[in-house]
Amino acid sequence: MGVWQAFRMAVKSIRSNKVRSFLTMLGVIIGVGAVITAVAFAQGSTKQITDRISALGTELVQVSITGRNTNRDITLKELEEFTLENEQKIAAMSPLISSQYTVKAGRNSVDTSVKGTTYDYSKISKQDIAAGRYISDIDNEYRQKVAVIGSRVKDELFGEEDPLGKTIKMESQIFVVVGVLDELNQGQQGTSDDQVIIPITAAQRLMKNTSIRNYSFLAASAEDVDSVMDVLTEYLTGVYGSSDMFRINNAAQTLDTLSSVTDTMMTVLGGIAAISLLVGGIGIMNIMLVSVTERTREIGIRKAIGAKRRNILAQFLIEALIVTGIGGMIGLLLGTSAIWLIGKIGIVPAVYSPLWMILAFGISLLVGVVFGMFPANKASRLNPITALRHE
Amino acid sequence: MIRIQELKKHYLMGDSLVKALDGVSLHIPPESFVSIVGPSGSGKSTLMNLLGCLDTPSSGSYKLDGIEVSSLNDNQLAEIRNTKIGFIFQGFNLVSKLTALENVELPLIYSGCSAKERLSRAKEALAKVGLGNRLNHLPTELSGGQQQRVAIARALVSNPPLILADEPTGNLDSHSGQEIMQLFKDLHNLGNTIVLITHDNSVANQAQRVLRILDGQIVEDKEVS
Ligand SMILES: Nc1ncnc2c1ncn2[C@@H]1O[C@H](COP(=O)(O)OP(=O)(O)O)[C@@H](O)[C@H]1O
Ligand SMILES: [Mg+2]
Repeated sequence: MGVWQAFRMAVKSIRSNKVRSFLTMLGVIIGVGAVITAVAFAQGSTKQITDRISALGTELVQVSITGRNTNRDITLKELEEFTLENEQKIAAMSPLISSQYTVKAGRNSVDTSVKGTTYDYSKISKQDIAAGRYISDIDNEYRQKVAVIGSRVKDELFGEEDPLGKTIKMESQIFVVVGVLDELNQGQQGTSDDQVIIPITAAQRLMKNTSIRNYSFLAASAEDVDSVMDVLTEYLTGVYGSSDMFRINNAAQTLDTLSSVTDTMMTVLGGIAAISLLVGGIGIMNIMLVSVTERTREIGIRKAIGAKRRNILAQFLIEALIVTGIGGMIGLLLGTSAIWLIGKIGIVPAVYSPLWMILAFGISLLVGVVFGMFPANKASRLNPITALRHE
Repeated sequence: MIRIQELKKHYLMGDSLVKALDGVSLHIPPESFVSIVGPSGSGKSTLMNLLGCLDTPSSGSYKLDGIEVSSLNDNQLAEIRNTKIGFIFQGFNLVSKLTALENVELPLIYSGCSAKERLSRAKEALAKVGLGNRLNHLPTELSGGQQQRVAIARALVSNPPLILADEPTGNLDSHSGQEIMQLFKDLHNLGNTIVLITHDNSVANQAQRVLRILDGQIVEDKEVS
């Protein structure tokens, strides 16, 4: 009896035991499908976080003034001078104050983030102008009420109309739109497409807040980051008399601390994945063992009419391979569809991990084959009469 | 054809020893038609299973065509069952998920017959037992008599010289029983050796020779005229 014959026999057996075959497959489908979806989710979230952080730029150094009740506060003017003194290391510097406002234009309105800053913020945020112009240093000097708006704000307030030269209203103060920002995030809410940028001097007046607590520095290159952080620390400690009054951050450092968080996340999801595989595996075992009685009799009959042990084993091996193989394929298909869907809906980016797919598939296949073969192997050793008498 | 000497089969049931077969010696020449009779539990099936190489004896010798069966390994036994013996079980023992035709094809699959030859021989065997029009029925879709015929067709299909039947008419009405007996007579006339078990004397007396078993021993061995 050849392999082809054993294959045909296995297919016949699978088709004549549809429920059992399906339930076995279900175990594999759950195992493979759940594992690769869980892993993709974990890797997708990790990727999303790291992407967002590295999008901020690794050359970026952020300073936030945390100390309060200080009789001496650093001023924008002082930091501008400091930047000029260190212009070999520092490519750009901008202050930032921001708040959430309802912005109106005519009958339309939108809740968005309003940021007061300077021209250099365009370099720091790496977001250029799609139309019009950016806020300029002269705007700041003369406290001009001008605004540059993100694509979502433009869509919400002006639709298809050209917003340049039109006015918007915040807290009954009127600003003239002079520019529209490049769209970087498909106009989604909460992203850099959902903001209004105004001169820092106008923002201080709008927000009734003169103290600037956040500054961004763009190092001339990634190699300069450490040195920029050092001179900043030295300078600010000199001003405040203590290093407790401010915090200096760099995206690359933040990434480092985050990678330990995402490692933990991968471990947890890996655990969930392993449990799914186990559950699927137990399902397979269960079905295989439940059908032992019936199958032992069948093996007895086959042996009685002349089947050799290897004929029986070949049939059961191929049967197990086909059932778990098809189940694995369906699991892969469902899993990848789920990943694609998650990516499509935009919960997290779709990340396909071939390693985990192979791993999940391989383990399910192994469980299916081991537990498909285990009873068959035992029964094939019995003499036919003992097998036929099996209860 | 068959020569057995002091064949014993003992089962240990808890503390007590059940002597299902207690020293049977027997010679069955080729082309015989032998029937075995005896009350229930006397050891008929046990003897038959040993003759069919389905079970191994506790002690004693069994020579089939001069070959000592107890010295053969599992694969060699399977081959003998496949080519030399056609076994018909008391309880049919058909594979429930396979059709009549597929059940009859099984022995030929294991002997490595080509698909084409298998099909024609299986159909032929089923036609011989009068089931040429029930090829694609599952066992559950057939009557007891019809299932027994499928089992007989399966035993015949590889043309084994020795046919063993354990109460082939036991579960059938007298009319179907008689038809089955006719089949065995025809097979015997074609030169097959036939051993069949029955507890019905009128069935037993249709054979050439009747063996009577009691408590695991042969108590009578008579030729029928
Ligand atoms: N597997 C077994 N385990 C224990 N006792 C058995 C087994 N098979 C048969 N026997 C015993 O052997 C004796 C003969 O059984 P069997 O050959 O089936 O009788 P018959 O076919 O003549 O009715 C009975 O007493 C039965 O209980
Ligand atoms: Mg019996």
